[in-house]
Amino acid sequence: MSRQYETVIGLEVHVELATKTKIFCGCSTAFGAAPNTQTCPVCTGMPGSLPVLNKQVLKYAIAVGLATDCEITRYAKFDRKNYFYPDNPQNYQISQLYLPICRNGSVEIETKEGRTKTIGIHEIHMEEDAGKLIHDEWEDCSLVDYNRSGVPLIEIVSEPDMRSAEEVIAYLEKLRLLIQYLGASDCKLQEGSMRADVNLSVREVGEEQFGTRTEMKNLNSFKAISRAIAGEAERQIDLIESGAAVVQETRRWDDAKGESYAMRSKEDAQDYRYFPDPDLAPVAVSDEMLEEIRASQPEFRNEKKKRYKEEFGIPDYDIEIITQSKHMADLFEAATAICGQPKKVSNWLMGETLRLMKEKETDAQDLCFSPEHLAKLIGLVDDKVINGSVAKEVFEVMFEEDVDPAQYVEERGLKTVNDEDALQKTIKEVIAANPQSVEDYRNGKEKAIGFLVGQTMKAMKGKADPAAVNQILRRICAK
Amino acid sequence: MANIINDETIEYVGILAKLELSEEEREQAKSDMGRMLDYIDKLGELDTVGVPPMSHVFPVQNVFREDVVTNGDLREQMLSNAPKEKDGMFVVPRTFE
Repeated sequence: MSRQYETVIGLEVHVELATKTKIFCGCSTAFGAAPNTQTCPVCTGMPGSLPVLNKQVLKYAIAVGLATDCEITRYAKFDRKNYFYPDNPQNYQISQLYLPICRNGSVEIETKEGRTKTIGIHEIHMEEDAGKLIHDEWEDCSLVDYNRSGVPLIEIVSEPDMRSAEEVIAYLEKLRLLIQYLGASDCKLQEGSMRADVNLSVREVGEEQFGTRTEMKNLNSFKAISRAIAGEAERQIDLIESGAAVVQETRRWDDAKGESYAMRSKEDAQDYRYFPDPDLAPVAVSDEMLEEIRASQPEFRNEKKKRYKEEFGIPDYDIEIITQSKHMADLFEAATAICGQPKKVSNWLMGETLRLMKEKETDAQDLCFSPEHLAKLIGLVDDKVINGSVAKEVFEVMFEEDVDPAQYVEERGLKTVNDEDALQKTIKEVIAANPQSVEDYRNGKEKAIGFLVGQTMKAMKGKADPAAVNQILRRICAK
Repeated sequence: MANIINDETIEYVGILAKLELSEEEREQAKSDMGRMLDYIDKLGELDTVGVPPMSHVFPVQNVFREDVVTNGDLREQMLSNAPKEKDGMFVVPRTFE
């Protein structure tokens, strides 16, 4: 009789905040700059330099705390976490241990069975990111780029409330959406603006005590997280079944190999000797500040869904998809405000937009076309300036580079030809070239007319109104 | 000396501080650290009942900066502090994760 095990999971989620500058200095946080061009004495840890807290970091951290039902710490401060590693130029990371900015929160997730489950949030603290190490194989040394050093992070520490990979992913998606709605981060796992460390232990079903946990790092996609959870649970169960003990350690997941390995040796004792950072003044959150942030919290997804149903009357399915991304919801609302046609805007988003996103592997938050241009495109079709298939063609260009559809149609000469004479001339040529089809139609073959419409559209390079072509063709053939 | 630093402790502190000490230096450090702890222990004689923990020596709070970029490209200056540089980066001994 084999024993039944339960997996217990807690997450530490690091989120890079969307500020323009670093947490303690006026260096830019823009992505992709040449190495070390966004550094200064503060973020390279030069002696005598003094950090000063970026107010926006505090505001974002509090906003995330309010959105996750946390208690906001009214008197918070920063601590130094000491460790030696070249990506950390001060030999300590400025973080929060004793009085983190938010505590005791929770979010609700929906489980596979359609039930809701509450995942506790132990705390949220503010801290700084480290630099990037590049290993130089040629000279057997490492190179350090400190552009990322001092980029603001919040770390969201959950309670060990999750029991499966599905719950972990539901929790991460919930956090990501909340934070994106707040505009506090873009939360891209692949680019590292959202990173999750998984704390996992196993225990026999019914056991009350937690087992010994391990912490897994280097998980940069939802798929990698799922695989790592399955792999680590299995490794721990095998250890226990074979009579060995799980060792509390940090492990690095290698997604290509599908296995993890222990990261730190005994030489790197995890003794961080935290102490209050004397260079930074404590933070006292006033009632006014808290109220100001509370008042500027955006409309979250559930409220939005409700409002869309009442205000726009579009199908639930559309609402579900559109509100899955803050950016798409913004696009929808802005385009609808201009053209006043929610269903048509929704159709463009649900149809062509989703199709192209899938084809070109684009994230909803990276959609580049403007709501003004989408509204304009809808207007062009409504006014019969272009037909539906030309509109799709134009949209594909808008999707790539946000062109002005009216201007694009004008420049490329894509306007529908409404000149009846020109249309008649082309249709006559098509009829002359396809006597058999005309004969077939006259003998009652309805399908033949479709072929003739197609030939005419082709000859007109798509720039005709297919309904008008159909009508004229029938009239001429009937003669 | 009330605080005795044993060999195990001095070894551990050496690892944390990334220091390699000679036999002579170790003995010296053991006695120095013991004396420092004795000195600090004097604070324990004070009655601190009802005194809230102090987190900062100055009575200041809420020192903020606005989220505005004020620094330009200071790479050359920053790298001038590096013992060695390559391709615009700081060169350090090979480091494994």
